[in-house]
Amino acid sequence: MTLLPPTPNYGKGLRGLSLATVATLSVAFALVFFYAPLDADQGFVQKIFYLHVPLAIVALCGFILGGLFAIGHLRTGDRAWDMRSYVAIHMSLIFALGALITGSIWAKASWGHWWVWNEPTLVSFLIVFLLFATYQPLRFSIDDPERQARYASVFAIVAGAFVPLNFIAVRLAQGFVHPRVLTLGGGNLPGPMRLTFLVSLVGIALLFATLWKYELTAKSTRMQLRALRRRVLGDEAIRPLGRSAAPS
Amino acid sequence: MAGTPAIELRGLARHFGERTALRDVSVVVPAGATLAVLGRNGAGKSTLLRILATLLRPHQGEVSVLGEPLPKRAFAVRARLGLLAHEPLLYRDLSGRENLRYHARLYRLPEERVEQVLEAVRMGGRGDDPVRLLSRGMIQRLAVCRAVLHDPEVLLLDEPRANLDPAATGLVEPLIGRESGRTRVLTSHDPQAALAEADLALGLRDGRTAWLGPAATVTLEQVRELYA
Amino acid sequence: MRTALAVLRKDLRLELRTFETVPAMALFAVTTFVIFHFGLGQATISGQLAAGVLTVTVLFSGMLGINRLFVTEREQGGFDAFLLAPVDRTSLLLAKAAALFTFLVVLELIAVPAFGLLLLGPSLGPALPGLAVVLLLADLGIAVIGTLVSAIAVHTRARDLIGPVIGLPLMIPALIAMARGAAAPLAAHGAASVPLKWLEVLALYDVVFALLAYAVFDFLLEE
Repeated sequence: MTLLPPTPNYGKGLRGLSLATVATLSVAFALVFFYAPLDADQGFVQKIFYLHVPLAIVALCGFILGGLFAIGHLRTGDRAWDMRSYVAIHMSLIFALGALITGSIWAKASWGHWWVWNEPTLVSFLIVFLLFATYQPLRFSIDDPERQARYASVFAIVAGAFVPLNFIAVRLAQGFVHPRVLTLGGGNLPGPMRLTFLVSLVGIALLFATLWKYELTAKSTRMQLRALRRRVLGDEAIRPLGRSAAPS
Repeated sequence: MAGTPAIELRGLARHFGERTALRDVSVVVPAGATLAVLGRNGAGKSTLLRILATLLRPHQGEVSVLGEPLPKRAFAVRARLGLLAHEPLLYRDLSGRENLRYHARLYRLPEERVEQVLEAVRMGGRGDDPVRLLSRGMIQRLAVCRAVLHDPEVLLLDEPRANLDPAATGLVEPLIGRESGRTRVLTSHDPQAALAEADLALGLRDGRTAWLGPAATVTLEQVRELYA
Repeated sequence: MRTALAVLRKDLRLELRTFETVPAMALFAVTTFVIFHFGLGQATISGQLAAGVLTVTVLFSGMLGINRLFVTEREQGGFDAFLLAPVDRTSLLLAKAAALFTFLVVLELIAVPAFGLLLLGPSLGPALPGLAVVLLLADLGIAVIGTLVSAIAVHTRARDLIGPVIGLPLMIPALIAMARGAAAPLAAHGAASVPLKWLEVLALYDVVFALLAYAVFDFLLEE
């Protein structure tokens, strides 16, 4: 009779985190619309920057975090790490899509095109997005759950290492650097803008953390429920999970 | 080391996703003895063999082969294990000789050994024909060569006599049969034949041990129970 | 090391016996040049355009080789045979990457002259030294990533699709460097030397991914 392995309690602290997220995002919202000054050349549309850049930064960090969790999985063999990696990458993909869409809107408003190639950060981002978009199809195409988790971790590590290399290569490839505020360090921002940006960044990061924890709690609970039902009702009563990209 | 059993399994379990392939299997095989593993398709026989061959890792329980715990010390025993599987594990476009020479290099064996085994199964003359041109019986003979090339102490046999005619069976007997002196674990769809050449017998049903005991004492009833 | 050589010899022997991979890659490359001729509608090309066309062609031809790299192992039990043997498992990575590198070099030995003949405006001769360095460095990177991706793909259901889908984005930095680096030797007004920064990017890429591949490859072979 297999004992239920101890599962981490992801739900702990979820409420506090959610409240903090809502609070920070509300403050950020207020700052964006009522405190931050209007940009001289780009006008009101520039305010999308406060959404776009945090989404991009958090997504990239999320991808790298996914790679780090994957290292944990390969080193310990504990599938809980794989679950954390999966959720981190899958969340980051959604945030990255948001970053691409907001980036596109900003590009259209500022420079008149829905897509611009001379913005190296945006281009690098697209490539990273295309790469991580293959994560779920990869998982989906491997039937054996253990192998699936292992291969996904290998991929997450390689893809995570890819992110900085990619940014270097693309930046070098661009002939000139378009003068813009889109430096990841938020380098040349005046005071009020910087504050607003930082608050937005924290808010989006908290949002990521909350959603990550939330999804992990949901998945972990479902797994525990299945294990319990299997114990009580026997193997045959549990229908196998359909083909799924998610770790089981 | 006279007393060390060749194979020791204690509470072995292995899953594939949510399906359990083996559950709580325990058996001790003394050196030089033959264990017959019986059961119908899906009972876990091949999984058991693959775990012993170090191709799969156990999920629960303890496995030790030739005194070395698996999977931790797997690399230490690989050179002393041989597996004769369903597939011959030979490249179809290379000749028998080229295939065996490749394996000899992997196992750090001298080339003369290749000629030795080829002669033993009377494949010396056809050794340079590409494997895809050979009959199934000849391929099986080459597969036997591959399995015993490095003179393993433990031999894992999955349906070893498949595709062999009586003449060929006679040729491979000294290499993989009881008289070879090796510790053997064999599976077969012919329970009578398997029991006849075994010392110990393990009956598997849905991954669990149905019965375990000396081969001579296994009754027809017990065998039928596995296939029911 | 000895194991890697044994596996490499086996793979090269198989390729020489069956001619499955390299001729297909070479044929694909030459056909692609013809398609590019009509697709671009120009008599000859040079500079960045030429470098781009060569890069894309080598890459897509390479993809054919990458898809086939582990298929025999999978279908004819090569994985099991290797995993049973008392060998260091990373030597499989070394051997396969070396084999893929060899296939790419042979491919280029055919494709580059064909390129010079069919599409390139300026003469190929003076471009060769610079081009050779860029191609060799890029081939190393493609070989490493290709082997990794192929080993992943061979155990999935959609084998031929997953390989390119994962591999292409991963190769983009190397391709950027390859295409930008090759532009100078192929310039219309005379071969210039390859800008150092692109060689540096290629070298960095090769080293980083070779180390990474070495670290993770074992995990792909276990069951």
